Amino acid sequence: MEKLTTLTGLVAPLDRANVDTDQIIPKQYLKAIHRTGFGPTLFDDWRYLDPGEPGMDHGTRRVNPEFVLNQPRYQGARILLARENFGCGSSREHAPWALLDYGFRVIIAPSYADIFFNNCFNNGILPIVLPAAVMDKLFAETLATPGYQLSVDLAAQRVTTSSGESFGFEIDEFRKYKLLNGLDDIGLSLQHAGDIKAYEARRRVEAPWLFLE
Amino acid sequence: MSKTLYDKLWDAHVVRQHDDGSCLLYIDRQLVHEVTSPQAFDGLRLARRDVWRRTANLATADHNVPTTDRSQGITDPVSRLQVDTLDDNCDEFGITEFKMGDIRQGIVHVIGPEAGATLPGMTVVCGDSHTSTHGALGALAFGIGTSEVEHALATQCLVQKKSKNMLVSVDGAVGPGVTAKDIVLAIIGEIGTAGGNGYAIEFGGEAIRALSVEGRMTVCNMAIEAGARAGMVAADEKTVEYVRGRTYAPKGDLWEKAVMAWRELHSDADAKFDRVVRIAAAGIKPQVSWGTSPEMVTAVDARVPDPARESDPVKREGMARALKYMGLQAGTPITAIEVDKVFIGSCTNSRIEDLRAAAVVAKGRKKAANVKQVLIVPGSGLVKQQAEQEGLDKIFTAAGFEWREPGCSMCLAMNADRLEPGERCASTSNRNFEGRQGAGGRTHLVSPAMAAAAAVAGHFVDVREWE
Ligand code: SF4
Repeated sequence: MEKLTTLTGLVAPLDRANVDTDQIIPKQYLKAIHRTGFGPTLFDDWRYLDPGEPGMDHGTRRVNPEFVLNQPRYQGARILLARENFGCGSSREHAPWALLDYGFRVIIAPSYADIFFNNCFNNGILPIVLPAAVMDKLFAETLATPGYQLSVDLAAQRVTTSSGESFGFEIDEFRKYKLLNGLDDIGLSLQHAGDIKAYEARRRVEAPWLFLE
Repeated sequence: MSKTLYDKLWDAHVVRQHDDGSCLLYIDRQLVHEVTSPQAFDGLRLARRDVWRRTANLATADHNVPTTDRSQGITDPVSRLQVDTLDDNCDEFGITEFKMGDIRQGIVHVIGPEAGATLPGMTVVCGDSHTSTHGALGALAFGIGTSEVEHALATQCLVQKKSKNMLVSVDGAVGPGVTAKDIVLAIIGEIGTAGGNGYAIEFGGEAIRALSVEGRMTVCNMAIEAGARAGMVAADEKTVEYVRGRTYAPKGDLWEKAVMAWRELHSDADAKFDRVVRIAAAGIKPQVSWGTSPEMVTAVDARVPDPARESDPVKREGMARALKYMGLQAGTPITAIEVDKVFIGSCTNSRIEDLRAAAVVAKGRKKAANVKQVLIVPGSGLVKQQAEQEGLDKIFTAAGFEWREPGCSMCLAMNADRLEPGERCASTSNRNFEGRQGAGGRTHLVSPAMAAAAAVAGHFVDVREWE
């Protein structure tokens, strides 16, 4: 998992409440053999005018110009603004995989569905909770300002606008620690890489036949 | 302090003990196949991680591969994609793979020991529950999930909690015609499919020691059907002779050193087990499963049991449901059950000794007219080659059996080999779950000799009467 300490990036606004995971990534894409590659089908039903199937060349599909992420000014966005109960519905981990693959590392919303919220942390996405009033303000500024960016400082637990206004947010200590250090469960085991290497060195002497190349 | 075999294997692999009682356990060998690995490799890419120790891994494609002519490749696009993905991942990460055209390709649990990639004293994992097979060599081997596959690829370790120790001792000698498969089916019939939950099982006793290493693999293979993630047998001279000269086995001085270490791979005489089950070998007859769980098994000379005589209401209900699915009447003699198809193969029973046992029965005989198809699917390309050198393929084809290319085949019907709804099969595989061999298919688990005999007779027969 890639670590997240600070991020300054373009902001895209998704002004809808109760966005469920089937909208984030429709079920027909779950047959895939990959955890990556879901980016082109993120928000598939909204993004395209024609129905999508796995294996299609999504680059040739008819794009819905009305959908906010299709607007040129939001291309390359790293931070997604969302509304209440973002990520409700099924527990599919494909939802955070799709958001990540598209390029989002940070989501800011007033509230999230539980499982999705968890899944985000397991995949290196930071879901920030800010009060509805602050969200209204951020949505308004994003829409009013082409190229609108936000800066996120995880260690300081702050979101800062380009005008210098800043908002604090809460986060569980252990989750913060894992994100700051880029640690998933594998990452945590790799913290003991020294122990693993020491073990290997000892075993190479004790039982060298286990290390034949 | 005296230790069990499991204690010794575990202790030798603890890298680090965590505060919550879990351990970081070192993995000597990971075996990789196409079904459970794609998202693990993808996870590595996503996190920009490399494989910790490439040479500790060995891959092959088995679940999706066709068992018929392979010159056209795999026609089913979903299956083909999974196999192609494995090839690409192994190439990208530098992992040795026995690819589809390679003579060493085969079922992952057959090729590991065959190549000497599974050695006594190792920890062995694979994203497949039948990894317990490898415990037959005096190794600690267990199946894992895809996230653990990724963890093992990235760290050469897993975070694990130790299981309890169980000894299943099969005392005395089995009678003629009774095989490793019958022993393990009888064990599962005795302790049930949940009997080994939370335990690592060591199989011991005179009857287990008398088995060949291949026979011990058959027994350990089905430890998971008894609920235990790991099954194992102490290493002995047979183990050493089995390993000698194999591709990845140590040679020269290293061999001598290794053999000395392997002689310690047994439970100490006064080692403590949390549970001990003793089974008298003499009482074990050839087994046939009659239901939809491996514990629903009985002797070939018995009758289909009557749910009405079961006092436990939950069990009674389960038996009735199983009989309905299997299309069987309580009280029917097992030998009166006719079969439509026969499958000899799977990681339980597709090694050379299994094929020899089937060939002894098939020799000079013919498939019964009511049997539509008999598939013989060797466990690996090398097993196939060996069998052909011994002329076994000729015996099978003369009997009207089909001689196929290696793979999982009709064990789980992920490729084109499958049962049609309602078809009844004598199968040497390990699971008789509803739909396992094809939707609506009915599976009876038996030994290779019993399967071959059913193919010839058209119904189950007591193979002991033929010898
Ligand atoms: S032969 Fe059957 S049980 Fe064995 S690995 Fe293949 S599918 Fe699984």
